[in-house]
Amino acid sequence: MSGAVHTAPGATRRLPRIPRAALPQIIALVAILAIDRAVSPGFFDIRMSGGRLFGSVIDVLNHGAPVAMLSLGMVLVIATGGIDLSVGAVMAISGAVAATLAGEPLAITIGAALLIGLVCGIWNGILVAFLRIQPIVATLILMVAGRGVAQLITGGRILTFSAPGLSWFGGGSVLGVPAAVVVTAGAIVVTGLLVRGTALGLMVEATGGNARASRLAGIETRGMTVAVYAWSGVCAAVAGILAAADILGADANNAGLYLELDAILAVVIGGTSLLGGRFSIGLAVVGALIIQSMNTGILLSGLPAEFNLVVKAVVVLAVLLAQAPRLRRVFARSAAPPKATEPAPARQQGAQP
Amino acid sequence: MNASPNGEVLLEISGLSKSFGAIQVLHEVGLVLRAGEIHALLGENGAGKSTLIKTVTGVQGRDAGTVRLCGQDIAPRTTEEAVAAGLATVYQEVNLLPNLSVAQNLFLGRQPTRFGIVQGGVMRKRASALLREFGLDIDPGRPLGSYSVAVQHICAIARAVDLSARVLILDEPTASLDAHEVEVLLGVMRDLAARGLAILFVTHFLDQVYAVCDRITVLRNGRLVGERETAALPRMELIHMMLGRALEHSVSTRDAGRPRGDCIGAFRDMSRRGSIDPFDLDLHRGEVVGLAGLLGSGRTETVRLVFGADKADSGTAQLDGKSTRLHSPRDALRQRIGYCPEERKTEGIVAELTVRENIILALQARRGLWRPIPRREQDAIARRFIKALDIRPPDPERPIGLLSGGNQQKALLARWLATEPRILILDEPTRGIDVGAHAEIIQLIRRLCEDGLALLVVSSELDEIVTYADRVLVLRDRKQVASLEGESVTVSSILAAIASDDVAPKEQAAKEQVAREEVA
Repeated sequence: MSGAVHTAPGATRRLPRIPRAALPQIIALVAILAIDRAVSPGFFDIRMSGGRLFGSVIDVLNHGAPVAMLSLGMVLVIATGGIDLSVGAVMAISGAVAATLAGEPLAITIGAALLIGLVCGIWNGILVAFLRIQPIVATLILMVAGRGVAQLITGGRILTFSAPGLSWFGGGSVLGVPAAVVVTAGAIVVTGLLVRGTALGLMVEATGGNARASRLAGIETRGMTVAVYAWSGVCAAVAGILAAADILGADANNAGLYLELDAILAVVIGGTSLLGGRFSIGLAVVGALIIQSMNTGILLSGLPAEFNLVVKAVVVLAVLLAQAPRLRRVFARSAAPPKATEPAPARQQGAQP
Repeated sequence: MNASPNGEVLLEISGLSKSFGAIQVLHEVGLVLRAGEIHALLGENGAGKSTLIKTVTGVQGRDAGTVRLCGQDIAPRTTEEAVAAGLATVYQEVNLLPNLSVAQNLFLGRQPTRFGIVQGGVMRKRASALLREFGLDIDPGRPLGSYSVAVQHICAIARAVDLSARVLILDEPTASLDAHEVEVLLGVMRDLAARGLAILFVTHFLDQVYAVCDRITVLRNGRLVGERETAALPRMELIHMMLGRALEHSVSTRDAGRPRGDCIGAFRDMSRRGSIDPFDLDLHRGEVVGLAGLLGSGRTETVRLVFGADKADSGTAQLDGKSTRLHSPRDALRQRIGYCPEERKTEGIVAELTVRENIILALQARRGLWRPIPRREQDAIARRFIKALDIRPPDPERPIGLLSGGNQQKALLARWLATEPRILILDEPTRGIDVGAHAEIIQLIRRLCEDGLALLVVSSELDEIVTYADRVLVLRDRKQVASLEGESVTVSSILAAIASDDVAPKEQAAKEQVAREEVA
């Protein structure tokens, strides 16, 4: 056997799995928080005011909530080897729907906004899975058209509202924690259960890892693809509600603008390859926190906001370089044990006539 | 057969050697092509045919040897240089641009221009004239992609010939064509040979070789086995040259006369156009059915229809007496049919997932999304099969991509055994696996059929097939040509069936004539 055994099998040589895999992201987050603390000495101060917690750290969580929400759906889509560019536009649509129906009972407002997100996601999923349009193109359609749809819903104006139910998602809190943070934390738990409590996670990773093999193993890859885009749509709808409630209005032009890029970045920083396969929901959320910590830190430092974009660009570049096939190959060559010679040119039969 | 055995030598290859790393894939191979002949280059997988073509046409460098074209040494470094020298190649996958028009494809890079502007009309007229020489009367203004693969092939050949090629290399041009289209292409080849071109024809279809080729060169394991006149080479002998085995050597070690179990699967009249002709297949409990034939004979295509991996154009399937729909692997999985594909890396394993996850994948797919297999059960299943099949290293949490080929194959077997199938299909189960694992997998096959499983095994290793198969179906040129049973399952009888010839050349020529008229 040439599949060389390097270590005694079954030996407890592994570090606990999650911490080791998460190490780079955790280090990055801690480093950025430390820099934040350096530029703004009061960064970790938290105070209670009017039954609600305030402070820079709370800001990071609160403002990071929409991107974290988006990354929950995005991480699954990317794990199947796809991408969803439409989430920002879906945020705008769901925000517009929620604002339009703000006067109705809360269940209807929220239900309608979530439903429209679900429909958008299923639309994307059908384009990708059944019409076999490349994901980047398929979701680009809704990315462009979605803002138009949102503007049609709001009539081209910024639609403001004051309904207490919907407003709670922006200004409300649970035990002092901002509502957006609570909702997002809840969504993380729900997504985690959905993915790891069912076989969805395994099937997504299998499909992203090798779609042909997965189909031949009997996995319904198309249905699953629709499901992950649908979930991405729902997550985007929640983010849209949070964003609308934050400003007490639906701005079809600016709600969620460019946030799809932040969400993709969060997922990639979280270690999920754009080629699909293994993914981590927790690390995608950590990725969202890293992004927001950068944003908040730059604001606090007093540097012009333009720096924000440049710094983000540098981080993207670093992450993409680390994923570049050539670098990965170099890494794989040094890490992988020698493999058995595959389709051997010389077959043993007929070696001796 | 328009034999012109003494035509002028156009291409002379001698002493050609090539290594990739430590593996030598060509050992001093020689080949002579004469004007006006169609010359077959034959050999099984890994014989070195592709490498030979690539080194001759400059796609890859050569380590040693000379290539003389019309008496001049040539050493093209790119395909462009080869074409310029008069040596053109048309590959199985047409290397043209389907979105451009036929005329644009034919004259790409050398469009007729006036004051720097392409003259579309002139180009189309010339294209029409050129294609008419090849018996094609089509509109050269339409996109190439709107025509059939056969027409695209002929366009590729027309372009190559028009680029002043004197030697044409056709690398499996007929592999994706249906019978009718093949006839057309063979006719074009004959015309070209009659015009004095030399054609090197790489194919797996022996009927086609006997229909058009004057001479045959056989490679095996990177060495030249020999060059023969087609007319003087019986099929049987050709196949021996290709497979390199002696007829006498064939011993069956099965326990003959074992009673056959109930019929589990009955497939009738299954077919898929351009892939496999209609066939019948019965599978019985505890029986191993072997599928034998040369590469490209339709073995994999057969089992893919049975598994539902490809959709059948016609045919019915009955499982345990009940009519069944098998339109997707999911249907097959539900009906408890399993399939270990030949392409282990691209269609079998999910490399980055662990051995455990790979083993439970099909079982999980059958249980569905909402009934995840609890981790403890997953561990138990993985441990059980790692032990039973002796998968090494016995670490269920290792990514399967890091295992050797043999162990990956065992893990794939485990994947399907975990679903407790009624029918298990193994496509080349011992390919690319070292000798030790070979024997283990064969033992496993025997054990499985004793447990009442119906097995359908595709294999090129005839020695192996005869040791485990109760029945062997022989395929040739996408047709089932023989069914051997009991005592008659021997290497020599399989070889004889592969070699048998039921299409007379004359009949072939008549068919071809009819086909050309219909297409044009």
